[in-house]
Amino acid sequence: MKSFGYNITEDRQIDFDANDRNVTVFINEIEPSILLCMGCGSCTATCTTGHFTDFNIRKIHTLIQRGELKHLKKEIMKCMLCGKCQLVCPRGVNLRNLILSIHTALEKSGL
Amino acid sequence: MTFNLFVLPFSLGFIFLFFTMIMKNRSWIHEMDVEDKRKFKSGLRSPRIFFALREIFFESLLHRKMFRRNPMLGYMHMSFAFGWFLLILFGNMESRIYSGFWINPPYYPIFLKFFIHDKHVLPFEIFTVPGFFRFSMDLLLLFVLSGLFLAILKRSRSHWFGLKKTSQLQFSDKVTMTCLWLIFPLRLLAESFTAGAYGYGGGFITQHLGNVLAFLWPLNDKDVAYACWWMYSLSLGIFFVMLPYSRYMHIPTELILIFYRNFGIQTRKGSGFFSEIELLSCSRCGVCIDVCQLNTAAGIQDIQAVYFLQSIRHKQVMNNIVNRCLVCGRCQEVCPVGIHTDYQRLFHREVFRKSQAQDFSFLNGESTRKAEVIYFAGCMSHLTPTIPEAMQQILDTAKIDYLYLDKDHTVCCGRPLMLAGKPVQAEMLIAQNKKTILDSEAVLLVTSCPICYRVFREDYKLDIRILHHTQYLLELIKKGKIPLQAYFRKVAYHDPCDLGRGSGVYNDPRELLLKIADPVKVRNEGKDSLCCGGSLGLINAGTEEKDRITKEALENYLEAKPEILLTACPLCKKTFAKHSPVEVMDVAELVMEAIPKKAGEVMSC
Repeated sequence: MKSFGYNITEDRQIDFDANDRNVTVFINEIEPSILLCMGCGSCTATCTTGHFTDFNIRKIHTLIQRGELKHLKKEIMKCMLCGKCQLVCPRGVNLRNLILSIHTALEKSGL
Repeated sequence: MTFNLFVLPFSLGFIFLFFTMIMKNRSWIHEMDVEDKRKFKSGLRSPRIFFALREIFFESLLHRKMFRRNPMLGYMHMSFAFGWFLLILFGNMESRIYSGFWINPPYYPIFLKFFIHDKHVLPFEIFTVPGFFRFSMDLLLLFVLSGLFLAILKRSRSHWFGLKKTSQLQFSDKVTMTCLWLIFPLRLLAESFTAGAYGYGGGFITQHLGNVLAFLWPLNDKDVAYACWWMYSLSLGIFFVMLPYSRYMHIPTELILIFYRNFGIQTRKGSGFFSEIELLSCSRCGVCIDVCQLNTAAGIQDIQAVYFLQSIRHKQVMNNIVNRCLVCGRCQEVCPVGIHTDYQRLFHREVFRKSQAQDFSFLNGESTRKAEVIYFAGCMSHLTPTIPEAMQQILDTAKIDYLYLDKDHTVCCGRPLMLAGKPVQAEMLIAQNKKTILDSEAVLLVTSCPICYRVFREDYKLDIRILHHTQYLLELIKKGKIPLQAYFRKVAYHDPCDLGRGSGVYNDPRELLLKIADPVKVRNEGKDSLCCGGSLGLINAGTEEKDRITKEALENYLEAKPEILLTACPLCKKTFAKHSPVEVMDVAELVMEAIPKKAGEVMSC
C-alpha cells in the first residue's frame, strides 16, 4: 500500500459503560489511600523501573480509576517494589501495597 | 498394692502424648532433606548433644532469658519448669527406694503417697537420711505452688511481671491452663488428706495440713483423699491429652527444637518441617507484644508474632496479619525460644504472592569498567543524594580508585521484593546485579544502604568482600587515609534494623563515631534499637500509623537532647527527617564534615 505519511491511531475514547470497574472498587477498598492521589507524578519521576522503560505509575493509577485494565498486567509486572515512589509521595499513598493489590485483583478477576 | 483404677486417666493421657510426640518427630525426620539428615545423624554422635542439653537446662528449665527480662517472670517460669522437673526426678528416686525395684510403672512415682500410705515408711528410709524425700518433695511442691500463685497473679497484673500486655488466650489454651493449674493444688490436697487420714507419711506441709484437714473434716478422710487422687489423675490426663492442641505443646517441642538447632539445622527457604517445629515451640508468652512498635506506637494489637504464629497453627492466616509487620526483627530478638518470626512471616507472604509474576526482561546487562572497589549507593540513597555525594568526596579524598556502580540509575537489590513475599521473582534482579558486579572484577563492594548490604551478604553468594560504608570508612580512617579534624558534636546514633539486628553490625559505626563525635547514651540501642517506621516490610499500614512509629522512635532517640540524630541508612534518614526537630545525618555525612577543609577551597556539597 502506498504510504501517504499518515497512520491510524488507536481510538482513545473512554467508554465507562464498557469498562469493568469491579477491579477499581476492589483496589480502592484494599488500599483506600489511592484516593488521596492528586496526580503530581512524583512517583513516576523517581521510579527505578521508569529509568529503563516507560513504566508510569501515575498512568496506571488513571487507568485503574477508569477501569481500563487491558495492558495493566503487563505493566505492573515491571515494578521492582523498591518503594522510592512511596517515599516521595506528598499525599502518603501506599504505592507498594497498591501495586500488590493490583496483582491480587487481576489474579482474582482472572485477567 | 501397686495398681488402682484412678491411675488410668493419667496413664492413658501419658501414653497418648508419648505416642503423639513419637509420631510427630518421626514425620519431621521423614521430611528432612539429605543435608538435614546428615546434620541430624552427625549431630547425634557429636559433643553438640551436650551443648543442646546445656541449653535445655539453662533455657527450658531455668529460663535464663526470662530472668534477664524480668526476675518475677523468670521465677514464675522457673518454678513451673525446674520445680516440676525436680519433682519428677526426686519422685522417681523416692519411689525406687521405697519399692526396691529399679523399674516402676510411670504412674507409680506420681501417686506414690497413695500406694505406700498403708506401709510404715520408715523401714524404707534406711538407705537415706530419714525424712529426706518427704521433706524435699514438699519443698518442691511449695516451689511449684509459689509459681502457680504468680501465674494466676500474672493474668490480671501482668505489669508486675514486666509485661504491659499479656497474650489473649484461646479456648483450648484456657482449658489446658486450668488443668495445669489444678494439678498441683490437687496433689497437695490428695497427699494431705492421705497423710491426715493415716496420721503419718507426710512432709512438713502435707502432714500438718493433713492433720488440720482431718480435724476439720467430719466425713471419712480416706474417701475424700481417694476422690482427690482421682481428680489429680484426671487433671493430669486431660492436660496431657489437650497438650498437643494447645500452647503447652511448646514444652516437648522446644526440646526437639533445641536439639535440632544445635545440630546445625536451620530455617531455610521452603524448609517446612523446621518451621513447623518453631511454630509449635511458641509458648505464647507474649514477650513479643510489648516490643512490637505497631503495638506501642500505633496501637495495633492483633498482628504480633504470637498471634501470627497462632493463626498459622490454626490455618487461618489472614492477609492483614501477614502483611502488617515492620519485619524489624525486634520480636525475634527477644523471643525466649528463639523463633525466627521474621522468616516465618516472609514464608507466609510468599504463599499469597507465589503466582504473581514479574517481568524484568527490560534489564539487559550493562557493561561496566573494571575497578577494585565498587560503590553501590542503592535506590534509597538516590533519594538522599547528600549521602552518595559525601561518600564520593570521602573516597576521592582517600584517593581510592573506585567505580560508582549505580551512579546514573540503580537496579533494585531485590530485598524489597523479598520483603513483599516474592523471593523467587527477586532472583531475576539478583542475577542481573550479580552479573554487573562480577563483570567489574571488583574485590570489594561498598554500599550505603543496609537493605542492600543485607541482601548482598545473605543472598548474592558473592566471593568478594562486602562492606557497609560505616565499616569501610572506619577501615580507611584506621589506615590513616582520611584526615580528620574532630568537632565532637553531640550525636545520638540509631542502629538501622537491617544493619544492626539484620547483619550484626553494631560496633563499627560506634567505633567510628568515637573518633569524630560525642555520642550520647540512647535508651534503645544495639539489639534493642527501634525501627524508624519507614520499613519496606510494612506493607499495609497507613501514613498515620507509620508517622506514629517514627515519632515514638524520635522521642526515644532525642531524649538526651543531641545536636544531631545520626543513622546509617538512607531510608531511616529520610523517614526521620520528616518529623525530627533536630538535624538528621548519615554517618558518611558526618565523616565528610570532619575532613579539614583546605584554605581557599570551597566544598561543593
